[in-house]
Amino acid sequence: MTGALERVAGAFRVWLRNYESWKDFAIASLVGTVAEPLLFFAAMGFGLGRFVDDIQGQPYVAFLGPGLVAATAMNAAAFETTFGSFTRMTEQRTYEAIVMTPISVAEVVAGDILWAASKSLLGGAVILAIMAPLGLLQSPLALGILPLAFGVGIMFGALGMAYTAIAPSYAFFNYFFTLVIGVMFLFSGVFFPLEGLPAWVGWAAWLLPLTHAVILMRALATGALDASLLPHAAWLVVFTLAAFWLSVRLIRRRLIR
Amino acid sequence: MQAEPLVRAQGLVKAYSGDPVVKGIDFEVRRGECLGFLGPNGAGKTTTINMICCFVEVGGGSLEVFGEPVDGNARAIKRRLGVVSQDNNLDPDLTVLNNLLVYGRYFGLPRERRLRRAEELLEFVQLEEKRDAHIRTLSGGMRRRLTLARALISSPELLILDEPSTGLDPQARHVVWQKLRALNRAGVTMLLTTHYMEEAAQLCDRVLIMDEGRIIARGTPRGLIEEHIGAEVIELYADDPSHGDAVGVLERAADHVERAGDEVFGFFRQGDRARALLPALAEHHIVHRRATLEDVFLRLTGRELRE
Repeated sequence: MTGALERVAGAFRVWLRNYESWKDFAIASLVGTVAEPLLFFAAMGFGLGRFVDDIQGQPYVAFLGPGLVAATAMNAAAFETTFGSFTRMTEQRTYEAIVMTPISVAEVVAGDILWAASKSLLGGAVILAIMAPLGLLQSPLALGILPLAFGVGIMFGALGMAYTAIAPSYAFFNYFFTLVIGVMFLFSGVFFPLEGLPAWVGWAAWLLPLTHAVILMRALATGALDASLLPHAAWLVVFTLAAFWLSVRLIRRRLIR
Repeated sequence: MQAEPLVRAQGLVKAYSGDPVVKGIDFEVRRGECLGFLGPNGAGKTTTINMICCFVEVGGGSLEVFGEPVDGNARAIKRRLGVVSQDNNLDPDLTVLNNLLVYGRYFGLPRERRLRRAEELLEFVQLEEKRDAHIRTLSGGMRRRLTLARALISSPELLILDEPSTGLDPQARHVVWQKLRALNRAGVTMLLTTHYMEEAAQLCDRVLIMDEGRIIARGTPRGLIEEHIGAEVIELYADDPSHGDAVGVLERAADHVERAGDEVFGFFRQGDRARALLPALAEHHIVHRRATLEDVFLRLTGRELRE
């Protein structure tokens, strides 16, 4: 038991290290985490939205919002555990310095992923804070979007971390952001519903973790929760655990010889 | 009765993807001493200390730190270690003071204690004025001193230093040495690697000379010099053909002679025999000096370049 507590404390100390280095540059960082999704929300939701019919019985901006929270959570976390973590691991050698203390590799990885998820939570909260007064949330269950954004952040933080562990250089992240994150951003049902498209599109989208996150986010925003959502939740939990396990293994292999 | 050693290695081995770098070494670090690992680049020094720090996995043999095998006890061992690594890995995102405070938190030290200890250490390494500075504004010597302070934040029982003065100018190096001597006098056990012989002679109670993954000699700096070299050395620069006879004089009188490029080294077990030779060599370009650890090192590891 003390072992588990020590691990949690270790991960939290790494989280605090990130927080302390972030707070001095918080404004610059917030532009990426918060301003970018808001711009998207304004341009697509209110700009493009004027020319789009109601989707699933709601105005386009209400359809878009929850999906954009999921996408924002994904982007914020994936960015943090790739460019951010890669810099700390390689150039700055921060990981090396930390694992010389009682903190373990798994705790460093967990601390960085939790930090990434915190940024996801922040980005998601801002979008939610805009949607609420506009009456775009139809249920108090929409508050559940916040913990879900954190969870989505853990998932993509872990995925980014696993990729970071095998990336030889920064240029390598282009593949990840174009072929993995970019594809999910566009084809996971954030901007348009996947229903009614050819069946294979649906199957392909089912393989993308963001698809399941978007479905759950929308259900929370409308309050339409039912048992059909459980497989999506299970999908996310299993994928998150697998990605975390893999990221710890790969980072340890890269760091400890 | 001999106190329990802080580190004990027996038949310690490490290979990186099949390439052996540490080939079965035995050594102990005794409480209170300063032990130096000397060796050319690639001798296996850093790998050995990284195994003690639980940063490199033990490849074979046994390694106990604080009486516990390193496998499975990393957290407990690292709690009692202070590490000054070879490359700067200070946290560039944090100020000088925060580097110490955040590092202390990794050890779970309460904030009050970290703050008090950080202030003491900044004074010890003469960085009080740099308290709120960012790392990139510090000189190399300041960074090394801060790295030393950081390693001391948890009041470690064993301080491990990988080439503590490499890359520093002479002034900065001497400051680092003063600090390390003060720590050792205060009872901190130290294990350091170096390829500066002067550093080993200045700081270490005992040295182990490593080459190609093996320990090839061990003893006190003085003892090693006496055993392998003797007392004094005459270096003759034979850059001119007229030195021919001088080389002969040196070769006949010295106990051992080595040639390297245009240099001839004559080694003398008794200093008075070297001094007796000086009038005969007075016309020549010579240096007469005491034997040093560097002579031992070069005798044992050879003079060819290691890259």
